[in-house]
Amino acid sequence: MTNRKVIMVMKARTFRRHVKESFKSLGRNSWMTFASVSSVTVTLLLVGVFFVIMMNLNSVATSIEQDVEIRVHIDVAANEQDKELLEQEMKRISQVASIDYSPKEEELNSLIASFGDEGEAFKLVEQENPLKDVFIVKTKNPSDTMVAAEKIEKLDYVSSVKYGQGTVESLFKFIDISRNVGLILIIGLLFTAMFLISNTIKITIMARRYEIEIMRLVGATNSFIRWPFFLEGLWLGILGAVVPIAVISTAYYYLYDLIHSKLADNNFIQLLEFNPFVYQLSAILILMGAAIGIWGSLMSVRKFLKV
Amino acid sequence: MIEMKDVFKKYPNGVTAANGINVYIGQGEFVYVVGPSGAGKSTFIKMMYREEKATKGDITVNGVNLTTLKNTKVPIFRRNIGVVFQDFKLLNSISVYDNVAFALEVIEEQPNVIRKRVLETLDLVGLKHKARMLPTELSGGEQQRVSIARSIVNSPKVVIADEPTGNLDPDTSWEIMKIFEEINIRGTTIVMATHNKDIVNSIKHRVIAIEGGKIARDQQKGDYGYES
Repeated sequence: MTNRKVIMVMKARTFRRHVKESFKSLGRNSWMTFASVSSVTVTLLLVGVFFVIMMNLNSVATSIEQDVEIRVHIDVAANEQDKELLEQEMKRISQVASIDYSPKEEELNSLIASFGDEGEAFKLVEQENPLKDVFIVKTKNPSDTMVAAEKIEKLDYVSSVKYGQGTVESLFKFIDISRNVGLILIIGLLFTAMFLISNTIKITIMARRYEIEIMRLVGATNSFIRWPFFLEGLWLGILGAVVPIAVISTAYYYLYDLIHSKLADNNFIQLLEFNPFVYQLSAILILMGAAIGIWGSLMSVRKFLKV
Repeated sequence: MIEMKDVFKKYPNGVTAANGINVYIGQGEFVYVVGPSGAGKSTFIKMMYREEKATKGDITVNGVNLTTLKNTKVPIFRRNIGVVFQDFKLLNSISVYDNVAFALEVIEEQPNVIRKRVLETLDLVGLKHKARMLPTELSGGEQQRVSIARSIVNSPKVVIADEPTGNLDPDTSWEIMKIFEEINIRGTTIVMATHNKDIVNSIKHRVIAIEGGKIARDQQKGDYGYES
């Protein structure tokens, strides 16, 4: 066997030892394990619920945002050539993504349709349609709506521009605020969990500081000492993610079922599909659990390793 | 070998525990470190295995300059030093065998080497037959022998002992001394801080007396020199 091979074999054996040690420690300090796992569980449950709300709110907001369009009413004085010119000019506006043309006949039809049976009354005006031809403009980015509308308004042959002024602005504001608030809450929760875990693992380490002292005395390297704690933190984090994943998946399954079967008619509240959303969420929760577990344990072991 | 040149140690609280120490201890020597409590014995010893860092001066142990030694290299340096304490510092939840093996496991020694060396060392300290017992099932003297076994299992060039007989009755202390003598005969340097007047005066070795952070006396085959 070459020297290198010997090192590799030794590393594998050492790694097995670390894994064994980390599990032993979980069992030996079973109450501390329970406390740490519980704090991860509570945190991830809160983070997970927030995440579900946030992501769904975000998807609803995005779909609303995507429905926002600018309706450009064309001056009745404009002939075909003028309209074409206007379209060319609008296309030159950098925020504009697409332009659809809807003649006044089409506009009237959709107006009549939107009134249902009562719309019949409008049929009387079909001969003398009071509506105007319309360009329906979509922007590349929903938040560009206001800027684009302002630019379009200044063009020739534009009678008026409508995009739900006021409503759109306040909707965007609401979406922005709720995104930020959610993000801040999640970050706050994660920090709380990290400190909880780092404290609980600190107690585990306090119980083992004697062992660490002896390890240092007989020449164990810092990384050798750190490994079992690193793994212990990892297990704690992953164990802590199990219950939140189970609870949130189950709850989401029933909620999704409820909203999509019982409230099948509504088009407004559309939850994200169970698959892949719940799997993505589970992966995120496991990663978060692992990260806060590892971070917590490394934070606590650090001060014991100062020479 | 251990060499200290103009070594000073001042603690953050203002206490000066080493006040210009110059000393040379050669390979294979047996040295007692004596002196009143609080005179700087512990600091003197702790600086040898880099538990404490000198504020000023040079310390060289086994050819390693401890003043310039990086923190990350301290573990490797310690593998050539055995340390024994008054309170044994054993892990009570694992067996005698595992306590000794621990010192080799954490430096990632091969399993067959660990087994062979641990059994040999336990034989040397006369505890092979108690390998499977827990430290708490042993007497104080036996526990100290386990601790000594752990300190020498990696065949260090230097063994540093801080009051190794401090918690033991006179008869047991003599047994422990016999083991240190045996280790010393095999060529290992022994530095032992002690308050045991009888032992120092009976088993004659070099005596270094520390007072007020300075070497007050350095004498081959010396006496304890204090009223105990």
